[in-house]
Amino acid sequence: MDRRNFLKSMGAAIAVCAAGLLRSGGVFAATWNSLAFTAKDTADAMKNAGYVGAAENKDIMIKVPDIAENGAVVPVEVTSNIPGTTSIAIFVDKNPNPMIADFEFMNGAEPFIATRVKMASTSIVRASVKAGGKIYTNSREVKVTIGGCGG
Amino acid sequence: MAEAMKMRATMQGDAVDVKVLIQHIMETGQRKDKKTGNLIPAHFINQVSAMLNGKMVLDMQWGVGISRNPFIGFRVKGAKAGDKIAVHAVDNLGTVFDGEVVVA
Amino acid sequence: MKIKYVSLLAAFLFSTSILAVAGPEQDRDALIAHYKETLPNIKFNDYIYGALAMNPDAKSQYDDIMAFPPYAIDLDKGQKVWETPFANGKTFASCFPHGGHNVAGNYPYFDKAEKRVVTFENAINACLKKNGEKELKYADSDMGLVTAYARSLSDGMKVDIKVEGKDALAAYEKGKTYYYTRRGLLNFSCASCHVQNAGKFLRSEQLSMMIGQASHWPEFRAGTDIVTLQKRFMQCNNNTREKPQEGNSEDYNDLEYFLTYMSNGLPMQTPVFRK
Repeated sequence: MDRRNFLKSMGAAIAVCAAGLLRSGGVFAATWNSLAFTAKDTADAMKNAGYVGAAENKDIMIKVPDIAENGAVVPVEVTSNIPGTTSIAIFVDKNPNPMIADFEFMNGAEPFIATRVKMASTSIVRASVKAGGKIYTNSREVKVTIGGCGG
Repeated sequence: MAEAMKMRATMQGDAVDVKVLIQHIMETGQRKDKKTGNLIPAHFINQVSAMLNGKMVLDMQWGVGISRNPFIGFRVKGAKAGDKIAVHAVDNLGTVFDGEVVVA
Repeated sequence: MKIKYVSLLAAFLFSTSILAVAGPEQDRDALIAHYKETLPNIKFNDYIYGALAMNPDAKSQYDDIMAFPPYAIDLDKGQKVWETPFANGKTFASCFPHGGHNVAGNYPYFDKAEKRVVTFENAINACLKKNGEKELKYADSDMGLVTAYARSLSDGMKVDIKVEGKDALAAYEKGKTYYYTRRGLLNFSCASCHVQNAGKFLRSEQLSMMIGQASHWPEFRAGTDIVTLQKRFMQCNNNTREKPQEGNSEDYNDLEYFLTYMSNGLPMQTPVFRK
């Protein structure tokens, strides 16, 4: 293919890509952070998600069970009492891909999130917070047993 | 798909408490098909946003670690009864899920 | 945890001084007394929670999940099946008293004319048949989905199974015999776990008490996988390494009759989350 046709086809490809982004309504602030979500350990995931230099902080309240009834559906609640919190991210250290989710709060949303997560095995559950330009983190251990016949 | 989302929004003090459930398999891509032995491809919701009266309040990125039939609970200050909460979600195959509820 | 290999029936009869000819109500009273003694801290109404009643951490997860369970949208689908008219214009509600509200606690019942136990699933299929529709496969998830919704219309109703007449009593006694009979390679009876060792741990699982078990089926395992009561019987058979029967077998129906009678007086809730 000569240079002119190649550039034409690239232009067409770029136009299609842009159309794809716009088709989603452009409602998401950022594209999906695949580097963070495919990282194999929490440290890498946190780095790729922008949670670097995190200081331990007990003002991040994590509500999790001591022993998960079923590792497929573990209720997790995180409340950040750190002023100026703009986002919370959840990680499960022992999962194949530790990063569970990243939540960004704005326009009156409280820095609180409740969800249910999958845990492959007993693991630290970590919640990291962006607040006032700094990063904070806290964690709790949740045990996961491989049970049998829960009536 | 509207029937794939169920929402509740009730005022609690000066904030609306919102609960959202989405019907989705949230396949991790790490499970093997028992018959073929092949990996079942990942199929999961990866981006979700919530709006109060059209203004974004929550912007979320999800991974495969969110449980099947995902649940999210969040709160927004400054809402009042009659306001509208809308949730927009997309999965990794491009399927779009939309839901909305009036604050009770 | 070692399971004591004692002749259960002998031990049971001895410990509760039951005469050879005891009726269902005496059986139930004896079992309530047994659990009052062996699990003194569990309130009668909490028997419906089984092992959850004995573990606050587990019960807290159950409460969290039940506030907005993962199966909520599946239940809407079940509602649609229940409410959608058949080809002839009628709905399921036409086959049940009070449009299906507050009736599930009366199932199973003993049909004197047919001389057999009739379960709620039987009634669903009878309704389909009566209205010219295809019956559902007994223990499958389609049946589970419609019964999950249909039985929820009886939430809060106290289980109220009747055993009246000699044929009904015979079916009850058959169910009771099944319950107390050791079976499978592991040689456990239902009672081995759920009467003699309720509250104890079998590997990592705490064993639930038998009273209260029948009040909350079908269940959604992990909140997403539907399991009917008779499917659970099959799983229990597998657990003791005995070949399971098909759903709607006479054994399973008699067992369900006996087991549900034992939950008389307890409030129903359908469906529920379990691990």
